[in-house]
Amino acid sequence: MKIPVEKQILSANDTIAAENRAAFDAAGLLALNLMASPGAGKTSLILATVDRLPKPIRPGVIEGDLASSIDADTISARGLPVVQINTGGGCHLDAPQIQTALPSLPLAELDLLFIENVGNLVCPANFDLGANLAVVVASVPEGHDKPYKYPGIFANADVVVLNKADLLAVFEFDVDHFRRGLELVNSAAPCFVLSCRTGAGFDSWLTWLLGHHKMERILACASPSRLG
Amino acid sequence: MHELSVTQGILTVAVETARQHGVERIQAIDLVIGDLSSIVDDSVQFYFDILSQDTLAQGAKLHFRREPGTATCWDCGHQFQVSPPLSSLCPICQSAHLQVSGGREFYVESIEVEDEDTGRKADLERQRHHRG
Repeated sequence: MKIPVEKQILSANDTIAAENRAAFDAAGLLALNLMASPGAGKTSLILATVDRLPKPIRPGVIEGDLASSIDADTISARGLPVVQINTGGGCHLDAPQIQTALPSLPLAELDLLFIENVGNLVCPANFDLGANLAVVVASVPEGHDKPYKYPGIFANADVVVLNKADLLAVFEFDVDHFRRGLELVNSAAPCFVLSCRTGAGFDSWLTWLLGHHKMERILACASPSRLG
Repeated sequence: MHELSVTQGILTVAVETARQHGVERIQAIDLVIGDLSSIVDDSVQFYFDILSQDTLAQGAKLHFRREPGTATCWDCGHQFQVSPPLSSLCPICQSAHLQVSGGREFYVESIEVEDEDTGRKADLERQRHHRG
């Protein structure tokens, strides 16, 4: 006989993800889950965004990597609070790993938390970390067919950043084809075409990010001492 | 590689359900997986055979029901089933104005157990209840 279950396969992860989300909300911070292939520019996007944040916004970073602390060292050198998670070969971050890392961060003193997932366009899509926004970073050298080949991760995105726009001509990248692929699976997510190297296109991305209600509240409530 | 975590999730959900129903042996687990969820069936069964050893689900067979995504053409209204890599054009009118929905399912639908198993457990439950 059959016993009906009707339960999500990753429900144990989802339960912890909900706890993480509650912790982020309690701290009043905005958490971003950055997902991309290796080398698309997740760390570059974090650094270039942090460089342009208005003073009242205090950023922090959780770095997920298979091994090493190369990215965490780069972030730490900028004086940002950072926690490294080494997945030991695991191809994605999961909610329990984030929950374990949170006590190492001064959450009450952060407004914007970047969670840099393991470089991978497949596995991270299935695992809710509890972040408020799923940010998928694609880059021009990967080609304009990525939304068609990896629809799962693009379907889950709240926003898509297409990085390395300074290389569009070199790779004969068809931005319209890329955008249509995104719209195929996700008509709600905005797509920002920018270059972390040159800074081109950054204003629109930053305006969108700072337009999130959590960011707006922090900017509105910023005391004069925190304004730069 | 994420098939390992996914398999652990399947096992956890199935064993929890079996315990709740007082079942001692799970014969099969019915899964519903959308084609846009990147899961390799054979890998999951392979991991499952290892992870389920010494559990209520040891030796259980995994049944996958695959759900395709559906593309709808905004121009001619044609609907067709899709799986990655997605088609960028409508096969009828060649429009690039398509929208894909569905294919995202990712859940345990049911577990299959022997009738006597649940029956015997139900009897035990009733006896326990009578004893007070």
